[in-house]
Amino acid sequence: MIRALPGVAAALAVAGLTLGTLVVVALRAEGVARLGPGDWAAIRFTLVQAALSAGLSVALAIPVARALARRRFAGRGVLITLLGAPFILPVIVAVLGLLAIFGRNGALSSVLGWFGLPPVQVYGFHGVILAHVFLNLPLATRLILQGWLAIPAERFRLAATLGLAPRDVRRLLERPMLRSVVPGAALVIFLICTTSFAVALTLGGGPRATTVELAIYQAFTLEFDLGKAALLSLVQVAICACAAVIALGAAVPAGFGAGLDRMIARWDAPRGWRRLADGAIIAAAAAFLLLPILAVIADGLMALGGLPAGVWKAAGRSVLVALTAAALALALALPLALLIQRAGRFGGLIEPVAYLSIATSPLVIGTGLFILLFPVANPVALALPVTAVVNAAMSLPFVLRALMPALRDAEAAHGRLADSLGMTGWARLRYLLLPRLRRPAGFALGLSAALSMGDLGVVALFADPAQATLPLALYQLMGAYRMDDAAGAAVLLLGLSLGLFWVFDRGGRLNAAA
Amino acid sequence: MRYPIIAAGLFATSLPAAAQDTPVLTIYTYDSFVSDWGPGPQVEARFEETCGCDLQFVGAGDGASLLSRLRLEGARTDADIVLGLDTNLMSAAADTGLFGQHGLPEVAYDLPIAWDDDIFVPFDWGYFAFVHDTTRTPVAPGDFVALAASDLSIVIQDPRSSTPGLGLLLWVQAAYGDRAGEIWDGLSDNILTVTKGWSEAYGLFLDGEADMVLSYTTSPAYHLIAEDDPTKAAAPFAEGHYMQVEVAAKLASTDVPELADAFLAFMVGDGFQDVIPTTNWMYPAVTPDAGLPEGFGTLIQPETALLYSAAEAVKAREQALPVWQEALSR
Repeated sequence: MIRALPGVAAALAVAGLTLGTLVVVALRAEGVARLGPGDWAAIRFTLVQAALSAGLSVALAIPVARALARRRFAGRGVLITLLGAPFILPVIVAVLGLLAIFGRNGALSSVLGWFGLPPVQVYGFHGVILAHVFLNLPLATRLILQGWLAIPAERFRLAATLGLAPRDVRRLLERPMLRSVVPGAALVIFLICTTSFAVALTLGGGPRATTVELAIYQAFTLEFDLGKAALLSLVQVAICACAAVIALGAAVPAGFGAGLDRMIARWDAPRGWRRLADGAIIAAAAAFLLLPILAVIADGLMALGGLPAGVWKAAGRSVLVALTAAALALALALPLALLIQRAGRFGGLIEPVAYLSIATSPLVIGTGLFILLFPVANPVALALPVTAVVNAAMSLPFVLRALMPALRDAEAAHGRLADSLGMTGWARLRYLLLPRLRRPAGFALGLSAALSMGDLGVVALFADPAQATLPLALYQLMGAYRMDDAAGAAVLLLGLSLGLFWVFDRGGRLNAAA
Repeated sequence: MRYPIIAAGLFATSLPAAAQDTPVLTIYTYDSFVSDWGPGPQVEARFEETCGCDLQFVGAGDGASLLSRLRLEGARTDADIVLGLDTNLMSAAADTGLFGQHGLPEVAYDLPIAWDDDIFVPFDWGYFAFVHDTTRTPVAPGDFVALAASDLSIVIQDPRSSTPGLGLLLWVQAAYGDRAGEIWDGLSDNILTVTKGWSEAYGLFLDGEADMVLSYTTSPAYHLIAEDDPTKAAAPFAEGHYMQVEVAAKLASTDVPELADAFLAFMVGDGFQDVIPTTNWMYPAVTPDAGLPEGFGTLIQPETALLYSAAEAVKAREQALPVWQEALSR
């Protein structure tokens, strides 16, 4: 048996960080401030943009997923893998890429200029929506594609044998599947977009495009109105919690029954113009998702050599924060996972604790920590450790999700043998579990480090420009319109985020004891 | 778990070394003051010639962000002096209780207003104005109503983070009072974007993203003198122009009070003041012996100067900010 104490301590730490800071914030908000017209506008904007972003992402993802599901072409696997990449793509790099393509001085405006058309305007409401669709279209596509691939291949073969027209395939197979998959996908994206901070900070144009998360930041850093920041934090948590609960409840089983789980060529895939249309859809989606990133890389590689020393120092700080956050996340997740596994049926009661950070937001936790720290220390001097702690809490759900299945498998396969040998405590962890957790732990560390590396959230709250992380330094360069340096910093950030993920993920696979 | 321990060690080493021979004077100021082309480098070099100290400027966003930064850090701040607040923020700044009295003898200021304050010391002043490029916008609007009716795009700054942004808020409030909401409603479709600070807004304007930018009547002097470019002009507005007096003050918590006092005395002397016109592009608080540079004669001279007293400005801001937010969030 493994002692429960570390697991209980980890659970308490996570609860303290999420619920504890929320209580601190709530006490502070009590009777201090009232929501003004600007705050109501922020709430409206948050809900409207999240709904629109989710709706558009899903609506655009359906044709892309359908095309990917029924066509086979060279590079299909790579493209589907790349659809997973935006998860660890730093948001600020994505924003810079979108500016390079859709900005006033971007490629699209140049093309429009050849035809005598005015340049496009990317700041404000539609810029925020554009960025959210860019960041979430891949996720939506992957979720819906899974839905398509979950329809047993035999159903499509039957449809082809019966000579069903595409219209009938849509009615009998695809629509029921979409009905079960799309609401969940849309709600997940809605939830992600309600906590949008970096996009609104960089592309939002003043009061017209302010999310609640951004309003917390403004109340905090611009007006130092802690009461209002706290009140807005409660609003933010209420929105997130509602969205999270609805998202969990929206998963509807599809009921296609089981097939033989084979990959087959889709004979039913319509030919002729539909084939061309599918090709065009895939090409357009790939161009929309890849061109901005390629534009940043093209702009930035040249500037990489001439980056100011401050950017390299910021990169060093970011790597440090990312490594600390990843280590912390694992240090919390491992005891938690062991505790959940050990508690058996009661594990279901502990597991939600780890997911609390999904229902709260980095800025809410940051606000709470600030209120706690301020009386005893200079919070600005503690900006980096606080950022690492908050980033660890935010990536904890993903880390735990990566560890749990492997842990369950290991215990199911070898647990009874280990029990009969009286293998408990450290020995059980060292010889039975850790070798089997190596791969998922490597993946989880990589994910956590990459997420932390690219994060522009709580660090902006405590910001000391001289102690900036790389995403913050990049934001400052953008603010100063030093676009060459910004592109260089973006390439560095992109490289470091992907590099950290690769190193850990790879490290987990190397010499993994079978 | 070795990582947190290593990290803790590395975090600790990134803190500034505490024990140093020369005393350090830390001054928080706005970004454009410390930029390579701003007054910061020259001021630093000149003061360090005589003070036997290490003067460190720390850029912390635009003027109004300075105050937020100080409130965030509280009495534990490293700052000894804050340079770059203005009269509109003085009352709020004094209320924090973080600032100490300057103890300067009486100074013969060349300000358009009488100055008597025992905490804040003025270092320059100017009038806010919308600046445009005469080649792109040959005829500029003559007041806010005409600007709102035009289809010119403008960039302004957030009054919560930027002193020019706050100046514009109070300008409209002082000129239109209860009708300020109408003016902002009318302006809202002209506003391309609201930036956090002056530097971002002026950068957007120079990149050609907007037709006009909120800046100062003195801004064209920069283009004329430094770049030999006569195409930038400030538009005179019939309502009058809101004035800004920029100030510095000493933190009560400073560990080098004598040095801070010495800097404030240096600040109102020639060594600092004759750098201001051609680096900060504002009118000096004490006109240097050599007078103003030549190009300053070509600048527009507002007929009416608008300015709230520090106490009035707080009330006017409280009244005007929700109106601004509401008009611009529609």
